[in-house]
Formats: sequence, C-alpha cells, structure tokens
Amino acid sequence: MTSSEAKAVRQPRVGLFATCLVDLFRPSVGFASVKLLQDAGCEVHVPVAQTCCGQPAYNTGDRADTREIAEQVIEAFEGFDFIVAPSGSCASMLKKHYPGLFAGDAAWEERATAFSGKCHELISFLTDVMMVRDTGAALETKITYHDSCSGLRELGVKEQPRKLLGNVRGVEVREMTDSDVCCGFGGTFCVKYSDISNAIVTKKVGNIDTSGADMLLAGDLGCLMNMAGKLKRQGSDVEVRHVAEVLAGMTSQPPIAGSGK
Amino acid sequence: MELTANKFKANASRALVDAQLQKALGNVEKGFIGKRQMAADALPEFDALRDNARDIKNHVLAHLDLYLEEYERKVLAAGGHVHWAETAEDARRIVLEICKKANARTVTKGKSMITEEIALNDHLSANGIEPVETDLGEYIIQLRGEHPSHIIAPAVHLNKEQVEGDFRRVHTHLPAGRDLSEPVSLLSEAREVLRQRYFAADVGITGANFLIAETGTSVIVTNEGNGDLTQTLGKVHVVVASIEKIVPTLEDTSQILRVLARSATGQDMSVYTTFSTGPKRQEDPDGPDEYHVVLLDNGRSAMLGTEYQDMLRCIRCGACMNHCPVYHAVGGHAYGSVYPGPMGAVLTPSLNGIDETGQLPNASTFCGRCESVCPMRIPLPKMMRHWREREFERNLTPAVARYGLKAWAFFAKRPKLYRLAASFGMPLLSLFGGTSRRFRSLPFAGGWTRHRDLPAPEGRTFLQAWAQREALKQEAGQ
Repeated sequence: MTSSEAKAVRQPRVGLFATCLVDLFRPSVGFASVKLLQDAGCEVHVPVAQTCCGQPAYNTGDRADTREIAEQVIEAFEGFDFIVAPSGSCASMLKKHYPGLFAGDAAWEERATAFSGKCHELISFLTDVMMVRDTGAALETKITYHDSCSGLRELGVKEQPRKLLGNVRGVEVREMTDSDVCCGFGGTFCVKYSDISNAIVTKKVGNIDTSGADMLLAGDLGCLMNMAGKLKRQGSDVEVRHVAEVLAGMTSQPPIAGSGK
Repeated sequence: MELTANKFKANASRALVDAQLQKALGNVEKGFIGKRQMAADALPEFDALRDNARDIKNHVLAHLDLYLEEYERKVLAAGGHVHWAETAEDARRIVLEICKKANARTVTKGKSMITEEIALNDHLSANGIEPVETDLGEYIIQLRGEHPSHIIAPAVHLNKEQVEGDFRRVHTHLPAGRDLSEPVSLLSEAREVLRQRYFAADVGITGANFLIAETGTSVIVTNEGNGDLTQTLGKVHVVVASIEKIVPTLEDTSQILRVLARSATGQDMSVYTTFSTGPKRQEDPDGPDEYHVVLLDNGRSAMLGTEYQDMLRCIRCGACMNHCPVYHAVGGHAYGSVYPGPMGAVLTPSLNGIDETGQLPNASTFCGRCESVCPMRIPLPKMMRHWREREFERNLTPAVARYGLKAWAFFAKRPKLYRLAASFGMPLLSLFGGTSRRFRSLPFAGGWTRHRDLPAPEGRTFLQAWAQREALKQEAGQ
C-alpha cells in the first residue's frame, strides 16, 4: 500500500510522543516529526498529558514511579491507532518494557500489551508501516549516521534511516567506523560515570571526524546531545542534527552543535 | 582476591589515565570482535545453535538436582571421587586435604576461574604447597602477583614489553642476552620453564567447561595444551567446577561447544578439547591414579528460581566483555571482582551481595551489545536493572541520585505542573545559553559539563509551541 492509498482508506490517527528531551531542548525535532507523519498521510495529535517515558526511574531501579508514569502514558495514548516517538530508546521503553512493568496485574498487563503493539520509533514507522521511500527532502552535504543502541538492538532500526537518507537529494552518506557502538550517553550513566562516558564519546567523536562527514545524524536526542556536546567542546565544526530534521527538509533552525565546514 | 567492586569509579578513573593499560586494551577490540563476527557469519545455523544452547542449559537448570546426582553416580562408577562444596571455604579445605594426602609439594594448574573465585592459590601457598599456573596468561599474572583481568585472556591488560620484563626478572637461570622481542619467543620460554614444572608436580588442578551427566566426564577447552599436561602428568587430577557446568549428554556438549569458541575467540573449536572420565584405567598408557571432582555451589543454588537464574547459563566465553564499551574503556581490574565486564556485573552481586558490589550493575550504558553477542542469550542488561531495583528497594542507591530522581518523578507524574515548570524554565535556560547556545559549565550538571558542553534549549517547549500553533490555526480558520 502506498502512502496515498493509505490516506484514501482512512488517515491513521497517530499520537506523537515527543519525548522529554525533544520537548524541552529541541522542539524543531517535534515539528519535523509532525511534518514527516503528516506527509506520510497520518493525522497527528500531540496529547498534553505527556512528560517522559519513565526511563530515568526505570533504569535507576525505581519500579513504582516507572509504573505510575507508564499508566499515565498509556491512558493518554492508548486511543490512537499508532503511538510514534522520534527516539529509539523511548519508543523501545513504550514497546518493549512497559508490559513487563505490569506483570501479575492481568488487566493492566493486557492493556499495556495492546498499547505496546501500537508503538513505533518514528523512522521505522515511516518506512515499515507507512511505506515511505522518499521524503522529498534535499540537502547538499556529507552526512554520517550513528546507530543509537536501543533503536538498533531492541527495535532493529538500522537500514530504515539509511534508505530514506539515500533518497535525500544531494546527501552523501559516509559511514563511520563502529557506527553501531554506544556513544557513552546511557541516560544517567553519562553523569554517574562521567569519566568513562567521556572516554567512550571521545572514541565516537574520533570516528565521526575520520568519516569526513560534515553532518552527524542520529535518531535519539540524548545521544545527539552527548556527541554534540563533545564535538563542541573539541571545537569541531561538524553539524549535529536529528535525522528527522534532514528528512523533513527542516534545517533552518541552528544545529545542536557545529556550523558546518 | 580482595573485593574492591565498590571502588569501581576510582579504579576506573585510574585505569583511564594508565597509558600502558589503554594501549593494551586496544587489543581487546582488535583481537576479538572481528574474529567472532567472521566465525558467526561463516555458520548459517549459528543463531539456531545459540537458541539450542540456551534451551539445553534452561533444561538443566530446571532439573539440576537430578543431573547432578546422575553425574555423581557416573563419576563414582568410573572410579572417581565427588566432593560437594557448599562454600568457597569448603572447596579450599577439600582441595587442600586431597593435596596433603598426596604429599604434594607443588601442584600445576590449568586455567580456571573457579579457583580464582575460591582464592585457591593463596590457600595452597599459605599451607606450604606451591601452585604453578600453566596457562601462559595465568603464568604471567602469577609472576606479577596479579589477578586475571579477563575470563579467557587473563593477561590482556599487559603489553609484551611488560611480559619480557617479568621473564627477565624471574627466569634468571637463562642467558641475559637472549632475544625476547617476539611474542613467540616469550611463549617458547614459558613452555620450556613450565615443562619441568609439570614433571615435578604431584597434583594437577583444572576447572571444567562442562560436566557431562550421562558419562561422568569433565571437559576442558584450551589453546595451549597446558590443561592436558596438567591433568595427565600428576598422580592426582582434581577438577574444581561449579554446579551449573552440568550438561545432560555428550551430544549437548558438542552443541554448546559449537558456540563456545566461536563466541570467545572466533575459532571453530579451541585447539584442545579434552574429555576426562575417571582415573587411569589398566589399559591406559597414562593418566592420573586418582580423579577428584569438587562441585562448588557458593551461592549458585540460591540463584535458582530468581530473576538471576538465567545467569547460570553462562559458559564463560568472554564475548560480553569483548564487546562492552565500558570494559574497553577501563579494563577488567577496575571492576575489583573476580568476574569483570557485563557477566561479572550480574554474577558478582549474586555471589558477594549487592551491598558490596552495587557499582557494578550501575556501570553500564545498557547499550545491549553484550546480550546481542551472548551465545547463551543471557539478558544481561535486564538483570543489571534488576540489581538496581534491589538497591533502590533497600535505599542503597546514592542519596543524591535518589532524591534527584524523586524530585524529577514528582513532576513527571504531574503533567500540568510539569508543563508549567517547563514553560518557565526552558525559555530561561535558553536565554542563559546566550549567543553561543551552549553551556560550558552549569550548576548541578558538572557530571555533564566536565567533559562536554551542554547544548542550550531552543526556547519554548515543543508542547508550548505546538499549542500556540494549533491556536493560531484555529483563529485563522474561524
């Protein structure tokens, strides 16, 4: 089914889970996501009762708060046909980790499982569900793409962004060495184990540099802010953006870091 | 070894500025990852074998008591002895008694993480028996008075120049002018020195990669053949192994062997895979007169039926640490425990308690690469998270993190209040970001800004901007 056919049947109603980092730090990723979803034929809604997916609590071992947050997200979003997040790690939290939070509570477990079945990471949703092949964007630049861990290993997001980027007019993709190795962000890890995180991101930034790309893209704002912060500290010119910004052709907002070479 | 897991952060900071170590750690990434990938790619059924290996061990763990009893019966039938050791102390005592009975003065040892776990060498030395490590890596670190920094490559934290220095320091009977510049010359020298130790040893101690219930056989895999000399040349062979090493049959063993070496070193098989069943029989040309197995529990049976049971599937291939960005950054000694890396971050709290080891399951980015390469499909990040939950329940999580989290959760659970706070806070933060649009330092964010800038927020939050856009649209429409 092409996206125009999908539109003819009925526009799928998509609840956009913006993620806390996009909401707070980089709204342009939210708007780029909306544009990509609408162009693909979706009716996009942004429920106001959203804060965060709960990962900070979940990964600190605080199950009770995580569950309360999860209930809140499920209640706000379960009415949509799809729930889409511009982040592999948040989408994976909703899709892969929520049901386990309700183990032993049959009613909620069923609800969470039904909910999780409708959750997707943005780029793979566009390619795998909405069958988007070309977003119509154009940008003259050399980009390199970092595979964020949760999206890659929990959701299998690997080829999807590359397929879409390959069809952006003017873009040349330069793969970096170890694009699938962690950038050292790891949520609270990067502040709890600051020195180790620094060693890991230093290696990553070295690989970005030697790729010869002028622009770094990824699908997770946490990783992007980590790599952008390191690139900026090192005085690099490499521009850092969320992949949705480029795919939506919305690059007028200054990048997260860098000014381009 | 002394447990310093809770000094992980300090250990790690030291490791990060140790130039020698950092150089050696480059070899972990270069040496293991590509080879494993090639071996896995060359075998179309590799992932199916992993599933099968997982299922075999799951089956064993569900019936561990039955298989252990069956194994014991078969060892006894083959003329061997079985000793049950509930604790590390029990195991040490049993091994010492066997050595004393054999009037042993020196014992040779094959590479064994279990004997590291029970600190056997110190115990034997303290009782006048000299343990001699025969695996090259183990031999090197024994000369240096160190512990393994990796479960299959114990000396991976060292460079060959350091080893050359150690050999010159210890092997004083050899000509001072000899050439030791190549790794192969170091290997030959160690071989030559060790050869004499094998003949002099009274007892040979090995670990086991598998214990086969159907035959009462212990299996070791090595690349140097040192294990074979250790266990055949002494009068007595002692196998020290933990209870979860059991597999039901020879067929099961070969199934798991097919994923073991591929995951560990990228070899199809290790150079030597040795099966030992009982002592020397009359018709055998060689072998030990006595064959003992010390079966160690040391906290493992308490893991059965808990969320940590899956950890007992581990076959000690080392793939998790070979692929771990944290291990790559700091090496194995920083973990301050016998077992480093992701598998250690799960196993060590099970064996030593979370109070003393809480740093380990926290020192992970949850990147999931360990789980993605684990031949036994052990969900390592999930189990590390379970340990964090145990910590949180018992208020062991550091106070700053706990209160910070609670304050954040307070807002995250109240969307209206959260929106209000964000709609004031973020534009303000954006304003402070100035024209450079970044923070080089920020109060309460030192962990971040010590090493990297914090990009300034754009200004209004997405939800604020979205609401405004929708309102404008509606106005225009009316």
